[in-house]
Amino acid sequence: MTAGLPVPSQTGHAGLSSLIMDPECSQLLPALCSVLADPRQPVTDDTCLEKLLDWFKTITEAGSSLLLLQENPCLLGLLCHVLKPQDLSPRVLAFSLRLAGMLAAQEDCFQYLQGDSSLFVASAAGQLLVHVLGLSLQGPAEGHPGLQTGDWPACAQKIVSHIEESLRSAATPQITQALNVLTTAFGHCHNPWTQVLWVRLSPLVARLLEKDPVPSAHSLVDLLLSVARSPVLSSSSCGLWETLAQTLSHLSPTQAGPLALGILKLQECPQALRAQAFAVLLQPLTCVLEATAQAPGLLDSWDGTGGASVTVDTLLASKAACVGLLCRTLAHLELLQPLVSRPSPWPQAPLLGATVTILRLCSGSATPASDAGGHLCAFLVGCVRVQRAALDFLGTLSRGTGPRELVTQVFAVLLEYLTSPDSSPTVLKKAFQATFRWLQSSPETPGCSDLDPHAQLFLRELLPVLPKRLCSPCWEVRDSGLEFLTQMIGRWGGQAGFRRALLASEVPELTEQLLRDPESYVRASAVAAMGQLSSQGLRVTPASPEHPGGQQKSLLAELLHILSTDSEGFPRRAVMHVFTQWLRDGHADVAADTERFVARVLQVASQDLDWEVRAQGLELALVFLEQTLGRPSSHCPYAVTPPVAAPPSPLAQALQPLCRVQLFEFAFRALFDCDRPVAQKSCDLLLFLRAQTASYSGPQGSGSVPEVASVEAALQRWQAGDQGQPLGYLEPEVVVAVLRSMDLEGLRGALAESSDRVEKSPRSLLQDMLATVGALGEDEADCY
Amino acid sequence: MPYPFGLRRFHFGKGSRQWGGPRKTAVLRRFESYSPHSSPPATRRSYPSIGGSLWLKTFTLSHFFSYKLKLGFTSQGGFVSQLPLLPVRAPNLTMQCAQIQINYYYVGLWTGHDFHSQFPSFATCSKELKECSGHVFVDSVPEFCLPETELIDLSTVDVILISNYHCMMALPYITEHTGFTGTVYATEPTVQIGRLLMEELVNFIERVPKAQSASLWKNKDIQRLLPSPLKDAVEVSTWRRCYTMQEVNSALSKIQLVGYSQKIELFGAVQVTPLSSGYALGSSNWIIQSHYEKVSYVSGSSLLTTHPQPMDQASLKNSDVLVLTGLTQIPTANPDGMVGEFCSNLALTVRNGGNVLVPCYPSGVIYDLLECLYQYIDSAGLSNIPFYFISPVANSSLEFSQIFAEWLCHNKQTKVYLPEPPFPHAELIQTNKLKHYPSLHGDFSSDFRQPCVVFTGHPSLRFGDVVHFMELWGKSSLNTVIFTEPDFSYLEALAPYQPLAMKCIYCPIDTRLNFIQVSKLLKEVQPLHVVCPEQYTQPPPAQSHRMDLMIDCQPPAMSYRRAEVLALPFKRRYEKIEIMPELADSLVPMEIKPGISLATVSAVLHTKDNKHVLQPPPRPTQPTGGKKRKRASDDIPDCKVLKPLLSGSIPVEQFVQALEKHGFSDVKVEDTAKGHIVLLQEAETLIQIEEDSTHIICDNDEMLRVRLRDLVLKFLQKF
Repeated sequence: MTAGLPVPSQTGHAGLSSLIMDPECSQLLPALCSVLADPRQPVTDDTCLEKLLDWFKTITEAGSSLLLLQENPCLLGLLCHVLKPQDLSPRVLAFSLRLAGMLAAQEDCFQYLQGDSSLFVASAAGQLLVHVLGLSLQGPAEGHPGLQTGDWPACAQKIVSHIEESLRSAATPQITQALNVLTTAFGHCHNPWTQVLWVRLSPLVARLLEKDPVPSAHSLVDLLLSVARSPVLSSSSCGLWETLAQTLSHLSPTQAGPLALGILKLQECPQALRAQAFAVLLQPLTCVLEATAQAPGLLDSWDGTGGASVTVDTLLASKAACVGLLCRTLAHLELLQPLVSRPSPWPQAPLLGATVTILRLCSGSATPASDAGGHLCAFLVGCVRVQRAALDFLGTLSRGTGPRELVTQVFAVLLEYLTSPDSSPTVLKKAFQATFRWLQSSPETPGCSDLDPHAQLFLRELLPVLPKRLCSPCWEVRDSGLEFLTQMIGRWGGQAGFRRALLASEVPELTEQLLRDPESYVRASAVAAMGQLSSQGLRVTPASPEHPGGQQKSLLAELLHILSTDSEGFPRRAVMHVFTQWLRDGHADVAADTERFVARVLQVASQDLDWEVRAQGLELALVFLEQTLGRPSSHCPYAVTPPVAAPPSPLAQALQPLCRVQLFEFAFRALFDCDRPVAQKSCDLLLFLRAQTASYSGPQGSGSVPEVASVEAALQRWQAGDQGQPLGYLEPEVVVAVLRSMDLEGLRGALAESSDRVEKSPRSLLQDMLATVGALGEDEADCY
Repeated sequence: MPYPFGLRRFHFGKGSRQWGGPRKTAVLRRFESYSPHSSPPATRRSYPSIGGSLWLKTFTLSHFFSYKLKLGFTSQGGFVSQLPLLPVRAPNLTMQCAQIQINYYYVGLWTGHDFHSQFPSFATCSKELKECSGHVFVDSVPEFCLPETELIDLSTVDVILISNYHCMMALPYITEHTGFTGTVYATEPTVQIGRLLMEELVNFIERVPKAQSASLWKNKDIQRLLPSPLKDAVEVSTWRRCYTMQEVNSALSKIQLVGYSQKIELFGAVQVTPLSSGYALGSSNWIIQSHYEKVSYVSGSSLLTTHPQPMDQASLKNSDVLVLTGLTQIPTANPDGMVGEFCSNLALTVRNGGNVLVPCYPSGVIYDLLECLYQYIDSAGLSNIPFYFISPVANSSLEFSQIFAEWLCHNKQTKVYLPEPPFPHAELIQTNKLKHYPSLHGDFSSDFRQPCVVFTGHPSLRFGDVVHFMELWGKSSLNTVIFTEPDFSYLEALAPYQPLAMKCIYCPIDTRLNFIQVSKLLKEVQPLHVVCPEQYTQPPPAQSHRMDLMIDCQPPAMSYRRAEVLALPFKRRYEKIEIMPELADSLVPMEIKPGISLATVSAVLHTKDNKHVLQPPPRPTQPTGGKKRKRASDDIPDCKVLKPLLSGSIPVEQFVQALEKHGFSDVKVEDTAKGHIVLLQEAETLIQIEEDSTHIICDNDEMLRVRLRDLVLKFLQKF
């Protein structure tokens, strides 16, 4: 056996360095500590301090905090220094306190820091407050839920009074801070004392609702939801549900939306509250339906809050308010729709009606029935934001069914959007997505699994639109059109009705022309679409007038041309995906001469500058390998069964095709690829191959074969960066021998480490921080 | 080469007018470009396309604003490129906005009906009437409807302001045939491109001379028996044949060129200033202002980024009145979307081996279309497809566009300094992708290859080279005609060519302001009052729910109807008067309140050309002993010695004390509503003291009155 190949050199021991401080970091730390302790050297970047804390956390979690302090006395020096009254930056103070807490749990030197402008400091202060509260109550209140706050330790009482004081304050920022602290407390602590705390503070919270407008409504909603989610609190009868109901009716429709959604997502919640919450979410849509003189239907039955007039006022207040409320409502309902716990009965039909109406208002085709409707129409006409939100929700609603008449309306409005010259590219994309989802959900004709007659009818109207979209001067539109087409072919490419309609249109021909689009995204999408068309036998090859009877260039050749010559990565990646799929599916053009195909593709892909293309090349190689050797048994993630399983054959014979297509050369090159994902993928492939050849008992001692040595020498050169020399044809025995000699596991371990480990290393962080605050010594030297 | 449709040239006229109004009071007038009202109601709306020429009538001897400033908008379609008769749709629709349209008349005949048998009494004029696909047209030399003149005598108009080249097409009729002797102001590109449009029109008409004008059908006895809408045509007798190049040249020679922001003094009465309106090369909005009043006239304007210089909004601020006209004809069609449609349909047709015909004007939107195509043809795989631009003025138009650098948007201006041609059509021409020809004859016929894209006029499809292509390509469904000019109803334009196999696409590209843009503009400019046509203040009749398709501003816009004379909502309060320096030197101001000083002035007010100057009064004439004959020039006003002016108030208590001091013992004071009455009972004398006057009423005792007067004067300041 030859000696194992060395694994690529590793720069430092990043994995370990996070646990044990390396000497270089130890050398840098004193300088950093003195910078931190110096008020003249402000640390402006909170993120650095956060990262530093993260690093210390990993060290202390490894159990070596004592050692850390002993080896780095500068840390103690910093901690002692910050305790002295001085003009120290709150950021450094917060950092030091957290470090201190982390090291020795010395929280009692805590000061109120919540007013700091830094988000990190405020958040840290809040968290520390909660932490201190939790710690101080750990002993006394843990086992005695009946203990009142009056019996709590002085420290806890002081914190509670502070929160109470803040909640009573007239200043919104203070209320917000108090609410945020409470949100953290109820979110993280599920001890019995939280119940006592809530009982004491909930009247103050409820009092906030009496103000108009309700201060820090957003934080209040967060708090209430945090309380409602707490297992300790939601199960008790501490007036929570009443407070929630009260809040729902007090908040403005815009503010109440997130609360309503949160309530509906709760696992356990009184039915009446759920109904109220759902009514809040539905109200804007009810208003829309009423404004266009449509019966709100079931939506009406949900509306039990009597807040309709407020909602109408909001909708009609201004365009911004109207658009904002509708977008949020639609987004909330979209989140709610797929949930198992969504309200039941789910008002599918009225929701569909409302969404279609909103889309019509946006396109100017709805007829308002009132002044309110007229205003709504004026606000919404041409509003892209609402159009996008409504189309997204419409797509989501395709998961449910609806009355035939409504579904017809859905398709009509989708067609209106797809046809309209005024649809913006983003709206059009959403319209295509929603259309696909609705087509997908339309019932299949029994027996023939084809589109149902209505969908077919729709398709007949849609297909003439598609060519125009594929000719759009706006590349985003061409791109979305192609994506839609690819999806459609993938889903219905095998079905007669669809095939007929597609072949009768100009779409296939136009798609092929878009392979030469100036925009690379469009070319990539066209490649994907053509791949699908060809797979389904839908590529038309008419004898063009220019080339009567002439043989059209094969798509395979055209795609290979793109792979070799396209200047942009996206089309080349798309080609590799198509080729992989073709190989997997046994596409006729590929099956005609698979080896030649694979050899050619691997040759082109290996020279590609785009790592994704090379990685996809490995994917294709793996498919070929599977088809040649049989599927891997255990760890291979590729579940597709090759169309024809390779018959068991002597391994050497089986390896021959792999050698002929130069798969090994490709894989070995990829092993030393400068892009980690490529190397990793290659490593996995070779490991799989080695496992497959484990049973191979070829001529022993092939290590002594001169070819093996020369291959290993070449690989070492490759690893060193000199990849000029090709390996040439390799005999299966040589390949097996080389595979066995390589330390592929070691290599995989090395590659598994983050490629940016150098940038993320603590040493780098310390250096960066020192560099940012400036070299103090140099500045002082300048003074002379 | 005679056009296959040589016979098919038709009259057009204007809608019925039933209005009157003072003929002489209109000071400002404009004439509108035409609006055909003919598209399907769902997509198109007819607006008063107030193209934007102002007729400014000033009065040199009287102050301009001594008349109430009045706007009278003519209600007939200005001449517009003006179309021969096109068939129209339902007459009731055309009547709704009759004041701004040119009607196209047709007679709907039941298929198979014999024309003569249906209208036996018209055998006399049957040669003038032709049937085509169930519609009847008037066969004649094209005639044009002139601006209405009922409200104003054009010979009394002093100034015409032209806003853009689309609204100057009737100029030769005015300058050459109405006795007009005033000045016409316009920017250079407006004049140059306007000339091209007129030249093209004259050329199109003169190429196929036709001696006969149809006139028999205009006989009132016959006309009233014709089916609607032919019978509703009014004043058909005033329709005129097209002008000649000589008349065009003469008209254009009367135009005075102006530049943006240039201040033009009109008889001292007002200043007018053209501002960029962003709609077309050289297109203008106008500011008409005196020292204390400012009226903005907003005509065809655009806020979109196209080739012209952007719209100057800032200069429209602080307007007392903003007259808003020339909004988009098709507010529901977004120009970007339409350009997309245009490109897509063009590419689809050409890819299928078909030809594309684009009926268009030789200037304007075509520049933007060519620029879009320049960017698009490669992506659409159309690099090998020839683009032909055929117009008698094609070459001039393409070249002019490149030389008006200062009138272009910033991007294009900077190209000039690179140096590069501002418009990419130069490159299209250089690479032979775009070829232009003066007509079908000559080089074009040898170069012509299909499939291709042809841009040619006239967009009405009634004359010009477009007629030939309609005939040539109309029979094949592979070909497409794409209408881009918003002024024409494509259905009406196509009617005489029916039945047609070629595809017809309507992509009206109207870059003028839509209502959202107007709303933004008004928020930015904040005029005190907005004045606009009535049609802008309500949603289109066919889309009455579209509240977004109307002007929404505070205070609500003042609207006007056709031929309505409107008093603009501001009053003229102040006049600026200059004081000669020597006179100013002699003034001795006295401060009567902190910050307010007064001085009396004795001077002669000299008014000439609406400018007022205070000059020093002439020295008092020396008494001449001789019997010299008085000359007229010596007849100057008498300058009497002026009494001083008084100011201040009389403190009653002190006044009474003063009276008592001077021996009046029986002084009694009564308070009145306006002041006090001091009663000297013995002398039977009253002194009535009020805020602004003091009266001494005594009975024939002049001595006493003078004494009392002097007492009063002691309390007042004199200057």
